[in-house]
Amino acid sequence: MSTVEPEIVLRARDIARAFPGVQALAGVELSLRAGEVHALMGQNGAGKSTLIKVLTGVYSPDAGTIELSGKIISPESPIHAQELGLSAVHQESHLLPNLSVAENICAGRYPRRPWTRGGGIDWRETHKRARELLAGLGIDLDVTQLAGGLPAALQQLATVARAVATDARVLILDEPTSSLDADEVQALFALIRRLRDKGVAILFVTHFLDQVYEICDRMTVLRNGKFVGEYPCAKLDARGLVAAMVGREVANAERTVTQAPADAVAKPPVLAAKDLSRRGHLKPMDIELRAGEVLGLAGLLGSGRTELARLLFALDERDSGEISIDGQVADLRGPADALELGLGFCPEDRKHSGIVAELSVRENIALALQARMGLRKFLKFSEQCALAEKLVAALGVKTASIETPIGQLSGGNQQKAIIARWLATHPRVLILDEPTRGIDVAAKQELMREVLALAQGGTAVLFISAEIEEVVRVSDRIMVLRDRSKAGELPRGSDEDAVYAMIASNSAA
Amino acid sequence: MRRLTQHALFWPALTLLLLLVASSVFNPSFLSLAWRDGHLFGSVIDILNRAAPLMVVSLGMTLVIAVRGLDISVGAVVAIAAAVAALMIGGNFNASGEVASKYPLWLALGAALAIAAACGLWNGLLVVKAGMQPIVATLILMVAGRGIAQLLTGGQIITVYYTPFFKLGNGFLLGLPVALWIAALLFAALHLLLSRTALGLFIRSIGGNPEAARVAGVRSSAITLCVYTFCGFAAGIAGLIISSNVKSADANNAGQLLELDAILAVTLGGTALTGGRFTLAGTVLGALIIQTLTSMIYSLGVPPEVNLVVKAALVFAVMLLQSPEFRALITGLARRGAAPP
Amino acid sequence: MISRRLLPLTITIALFIAMAAFGAIRYDGFLSPQVFLNLLIDNAFLCVVAIGMTFVILTGGIDLSVGAVIALTTMIAASLLDAGWNPYAAMAFVLVFGALFGALQGFLIQRFNLAPFIVTLAGMFLARGCCYLISTESIPINDSTFAVIAQARIPVGFGASLTIGAVIALVVVAVAMRIAHSTEFGRTVYAIGGGESSARLMGLSVARTKIGVYLLSGLFAALGGIVMTFYMLSGYSLHAVGLELDAIAAVVIGGTLLAGGVGYIAGTLFGVLILGIIQTLLAFDGNLSSWWTKIVVGALLLLFCLLQRLFEGHTRKKT
Repeated sequence: MSTVEPEIVLRARDIARAFPGVQALAGVELSLRAGEVHALMGQNGAGKSTLIKVLTGVYSPDAGTIELSGKIISPESPIHAQELGLSAVHQESHLLPNLSVAENICAGRYPRRPWTRGGGIDWRETHKRARELLAGLGIDLDVTQLAGGLPAALQQLATVARAVATDARVLILDEPTSSLDADEVQALFALIRRLRDKGVAILFVTHFLDQVYEICDRMTVLRNGKFVGEYPCAKLDARGLVAAMVGREVANAERTVTQAPADAVAKPPVLAAKDLSRRGHLKPMDIELRAGEVLGLAGLLGSGRTELARLLFALDERDSGEISIDGQVADLRGPADALELGLGFCPEDRKHSGIVAELSVRENIALALQARMGLRKFLKFSEQCALAEKLVAALGVKTASIETPIGQLSGGNQQKAIIARWLATHPRVLILDEPTRGIDVAAKQELMREVLALAQGGTAVLFISAEIEEVVRVSDRIMVLRDRSKAGELPRGSDEDAVYAMIASNSAA
Repeated sequence: MRRLTQHALFWPALTLLLLLVASSVFNPSFLSLAWRDGHLFGSVIDILNRAAPLMVVSLGMTLVIAVRGLDISVGAVVAIAAAVAALMIGGNFNASGEVASKYPLWLALGAALAIAAACGLWNGLLVVKAGMQPIVATLILMVAGRGIAQLLTGGQIITVYYTPFFKLGNGFLLGLPVALWIAALLFAALHLLLSRTALGLFIRSIGGNPEAARVAGVRSSAITLCVYTFCGFAAGIAGLIISSNVKSADANNAGQLLELDAILAVTLGGTALTGGRFTLAGTVLGALIIQTLTSMIYSLGVPPEVNLVVKAALVFAVMLLQSPEFRALITGLARRGAAPP
Repeated sequence: MISRRLLPLTITIALFIAMAAFGAIRYDGFLSPQVFLNLLIDNAFLCVVAIGMTFVILTGGIDLSVGAVIALTTMIAASLLDAGWNPYAAMAFVLVFGALFGALQGFLIQRFNLAPFIVTLAGMFLARGCCYLISTESIPINDSTFAVIAQARIPVGFGASLTIGAVIALVVVAVAMRIAHSTEFGRTVYAIGGGESSARLMGLSVARTKIGVYLLSGLFAALGGIVMTFYMLSGYSLHAVGLELDAIAAVVIGGTLLAGGVGYIAGTLFGVLILGIIQTLLAFDGNLSSWWTKIVVGALLLLFCLLQRLFEGHTRKKT
């Protein structure tokens, strides 16, 4: 490729940062060139967010230097970093839904009217500036409308626009695509390319490997807070990248289940839904689950995976459709009814809808079973202990004691405890929505083994994961979703390519 | 020692103890008990008797706060319950010169409690079904409720002449005030209900993480509704005790500011205002702290209104101590003081 | 889009007009300019306080201390005048005092992340208690300047007139509209109501603004107290009991979302006028007792809260 390397805009050397009990970063290097998109890769807990927070002045580094265009800087706050030319869009950066797009872009740096004209905020100039900025980035938007009314993708674009409005030389994007669907990601990428071509250095943090190869030029890999290496994307393939992130070679495929396909098909479905739909969430679709099988649900983000799961468990109200258990139409009005009929549901957002952080592991595990038993039949303390002890041992939940508040456990162990909560109810159908999200590779493997064991025990499992490779590995059948409707079904043993092909073939239509 | 100080009831119990000690220093006869007219007599008994309505209301408030709610309408519900009971009992001199109740006593009390519970249910419906913020939902009844109570009584103080009704607020049973027995009974019943059934676990899970509790199959809406209904019911009991005690119903002033005292009692007892963690025993201690303080200020001869300033100081102290940011600041200062750089 | 943003305000104004029309048809003499100006005159202090409350509620907070702060400022002002202070110095003093009182509450809320409800509740206890420390009796104001201001009438034509207090309320409304619409502070107030953490990530001065709204609320409560002394010519511990509830009701009926972020100052003005017109209607009727005010206000609160839920539901579905 080109022989002249563009100048290095941002260089971080030997960055270290510790928190009580954890060395979050040690000896981390990062260099960003003007006009490149640079991926920052690493598993959860590798130190990506800490590094970003050090760069943007949220934390100060214990050691190391940050250079911006050759000058050593020490950002003291995100605002200060922004003034220096270093802008960030955090995962939790959102527009303010009650303000107009223009206000969201200009908030904190409104143009003012001169005193001779009454002073105060110059709204006409505000709107003009916002319109010009967006136009310059190729975004066509009415800047006076409320941001809350925009679709998620446009909101994300406007968030990026706000970040670069201060003539940022470095732009950090932390998981900007996690709530976007495929088309929306493309719109964001178009914006990223435009900024890149203007010479902005972009640090792109994501866990979608395919996106890295689509948009990035180089990448830096972190592992356990340490610098692993910096690679041109062309020189390191996905397998090599995963190996660098995990720290060892990852066995490919061949892991597929050795479980017999079972004569499951002959039996009537445990759970069946017909014509299930909810406006704006899921188009009408049918689904059947049989005892002892793992049905994988594959599809891109926003394809309706979680929506389907929530409707099955009656967490959301359905607009149409009939859910039947063992061929009997069930009157599911809420999760409590679903629980009573033998369903279980591990939600995708563990913190928000899974754990009750301040309750103990024991209480968290006993919760669903107790909810099913109702108020009058009470699980005695000793019974709760026995139950929790048994499941903690069976699933290998690492906790100091079953009386430890669950909030103090690591993500993977919280996840296992939540699965234990459902196992305690001996569910006939267990819906696992992204059970492997945010947990490390080893814990993932254990979890998948657990899923298979469950199915072998006769439970029908609906397995949902954004990582198609995982779905392929554990599923007896794979149902592919696209654009909130069913794209088709694939038999056991289909590979990832088949799944992608099905997603792609339908999107052509 | 460390385990002792970390016990949920340590701080409220210590506060109460200090207040009792202080009271007996100012008033040497404070702790003395006498047997007079067939019952116990003394300042402590008086405090227990006067604290009973607050205890009862605060018990209901504790549960509401535990499910991340708040009920600022309890004062108005007290007024409504008192008005209903007073109107239904009234008391006219009949032909033989005796005072009779307009309706049977049980019916009057039952109706007052049922209406109070209905008020609680109304609050619960607004919170659960209409999805309003608790403070807003109960603000509606707080404003309108007192109007309704005044409407019932025609803005007058309704005097009750029927003596059996006075037992609730003035009577004694086995030497102790009836009101105290009522509060104790309610406490015991609640305690059993929460420890012998899954209700305690459910309430704590709803308060800890409402969404997670719902996903786990806990019937959160039903339980939250029950909790608000109970809070109304408890306010109704307090209304009966209060009106019995003053032998009348005053729609303008009965239960005035009671919601604030109840919230204060719950907070002082160690229940987190953010929901989840709660302690009934702590609430009882909290109510006793407030009443002891009031009595102490009275006995000191300070104008009773000063009470408000003391209460304010207490609230500031308790909420600061509950704030993690404040604790961090204090420990930070302490560390800096201990180990100069 | 615009109409949707203005819909709650439109409903409030329509409700006011409907009530006025009802009164005009039903009662003789209702439709006179002075009747309407009296709405403002009689509720001038409520208006001033409710405007301050609007800023607090826009950030998603609440200030329960305002009624007590009003009482305390009337007490302080009255006793300062009693002690022979210059009336303007006394006014300046209570204004500074109110602002400091509010700022202190704001500081506690912001710095220690405390619930506004409980902090301002304690503030209410404190302010009310301090009143009693000053005196449990009502203190009459005999100062001539105050008397002159209290008597003053400003003719506005058609034989109608306004009091100084009402003019102050109108000035406060105008200034507050300007602050809310065209200053960095005002826009940050809305931003905090829309999402505090997002506003912080945007680099807006969240901390300063949060303390600022409570300062403003305290300042306006003190100003409301001064307006009240013009009206009552006395300082008394039991002035403005429960006024915080009226102020909150006025803000909500004015179309401001209690969750914060959405609402208009003009809406609050009409919320106050609606509370006033309810009382006027009852007074004209003559047969209905004063407690109907509370019941009607409660019903209106219910109506507007339910409407708010409906709007929130709409916007959430859209995103």
